[in-house]
Amino acid sequence: MSIEAAGDTAPTRRRLRLSGTAWVGASIVAFWIAMAIGGPWLAPYDRGTLVSDNIFDPIGSQFLLGTDYLGRDMLSRLLAGARTTLGLAGVGTALAILIGAPLGMLAAVIGGWVDMALSRAVDALLSIPTLLFGLVIVAAIGSYIPVLLLAAALAYAPGHFRLARALSMDMNVMDFVEVARARGESTWWIARQEILPNIVMPLLTDIGLRFVFVLLFMSGLSFLGLGVQPPDADWGAMVRENLSGLSYGYAAALVPATALASLTIGINLVIDSLSARTGRNISRGGA
Amino acid sequence: MRWSIDGAHDVIRLIAGRLGLGAVTFLVVTLIVFAGTQLLPGDVAQQVLGPSATQATLAALRHTLGLDQAPYVRYLSWLGRLLTGNLGVSLVNGLPNSELIGPRLLHTLLLAGATAVFSVPFALVVGAAAAMLRDSLFDRVVTIVTLCVVSVPEFFLATVLVLIFAVKLGWVPAISYITEFHSVGQLLRSLALPVVSLSCVVVAQMARMTRAAILNVMNSPYIEMAILKGVPRRRIILRHALSNVIGPIANVVALNLAYLVGGVIIVETIFAYPGIAKLTVDAVSTRDMPLLEACAMIFCSAYLLFVLLADLFAIVSNPRLRHPK
Repeated sequence: MSIEAAGDTAPTRRRLRLSGTAWVGASIVAFWIAMAIGGPWLAPYDRGTLVSDNIFDPIGSQFLLGTDYLGRDMLSRLLAGARTTLGLAGVGTALAILIGAPLGMLAAVIGGWVDMALSRAVDALLSIPTLLFGLVIVAAIGSYIPVLLLAAALAYAPGHFRLARALSMDMNVMDFVEVARARGESTWWIARQEILPNIVMPLLTDIGLRFVFVLLFMSGLSFLGLGVQPPDADWGAMVRENLSGLSYGYAAALVPATALASLTIGINLVIDSLSARTGRNISRGGA
Repeated sequence: MRWSIDGAHDVIRLIAGRLGLGAVTFLVVTLIVFAGTQLLPGDVAQQVLGPSATQATLAALRHTLGLDQAPYVRYLSWLGRLLTGNLGVSLVNGLPNSELIGPRLLHTLLLAGATAVFSVPFALVVGAAAAMLRDSLFDRVVTIVTLCVVSVPEFFLATVLVLIFAVKLGWVPAISYITEFHSVGQLLRSLALPVVSLSCVVVAQMARMTRAAILNVMNSPYIEMAILKGVPRRRIILRHALSNVIGPIANVVALNLAYLVGGVIIVETIFAYPGIAKLTVDAVSTRDMPLLEACAMIFCSAYLLFVLLADLFAIVSNPRLRHPK
């Protein structure tokens, strides 16, 4: 302990440098959130209207970001897509944590066969590549928005389950929980009053990374043509519809792809500097 | 760390336990895939015969397909066929799924194999170099670049690569023509973009994890002891660190190969690569459930296998896992 505390000046420098990249990341994220909220008012055209006689007008022509494969304004579509993309990923992430975290907490508190059964089911869900899981669900029910959200929630709830279970396990052996047990409090009461308040913060700090996973999952499905369906379009669907121009050198598909990439990079820059501060390592685990 | 016969016995028991757990997980996966592909969809008989079919023909087809049986009976007979290597028959064109999957699987194995051969050594060298030159400019550049690459979707990387190498420079085709074999050179050029797109994310992720694994060992007390004793850095890394870092790195490699299973779905689609992932996506579009089921089980088995391998490497390499409490 004392050795770490005494340490040289390197950690301090490191922290300052990282918060620089964190600022870059945070600005990108804030920008896209603002666009998702205010986009429809800023958009110069309707997202569905054909504004140009040419398809694939280049960037910087009369239309700021060019036009797409039908001659629609790319900027307007990108702004409309921001809301769809961020909104779906946000709701999907929230659903995943609302399903996964309480179950993980209960599994840890109740233990026994409940924990056993839930953990096995979660292991099995984690053994299915998430995109493949999404494909199976979509094949079975269809590409409807609620189905996509449910698929994302089910695919990513196991991650929250594991984290919540691990955190609750640590809490479970704490003295104040033992005391509550000895007092004869019910399992439900212990979970809500003693464990939950102590695991909420670590669970929330994990949300950023989970949001990126859900974002990539949703746009991946849309990119495969099995996610958001026309006339709605998230960024993944926009990449797909403009892909045909790519081999002829039309870079329209790059516009939504870059938007998505900048958002995910921005989020990861923030997470990375936060986790460097708390000494945790991020990884793309569970993808 | 004790290496008695007792210890070896513990390792074997632990490994047997993991294998058993893997088998249980596999069974639950089959349950999930079966439930998703056979219980959720509407009436398959109706789908095959169309809306104008009479009740009698529908009932007859349901009987032939075994759809009138209880779900658990259907599951058990499906599982039995699956375990004996019978992958069923495609709903759309009536061909055995194994015939449809065979050549596609070879293409995908070619793609995944080429990616692994290219990316594993590259990633290990980059990761190890970054760890050894910790906090140098090289390390910082690697850290930031790999962070960005692991963050972005595969189709972003693929789009950029196509625009640069296929459109601007014209070195390679934008779409993979690997079905007709002309020459090795042509095959390599067709494979180049899919392999590089797939490698980007894997290399970045693997390099990051390798760097972390090495630094983790380098921060351990016995390395600190060696440093304090004045052992040269090169000798510390080669003699003390390397032998303890091989296990974690093998774990990293296996995990990333498992990741390839998912990444290949996007990359095959973008390059119209005729592999099993493309077949899977097509099966979803045509709602060809038996074919989707077969493809899904192949993907899941491969994924499960790699994750299990990663687990085993972790057990063999970690004394704390070797001797669980």
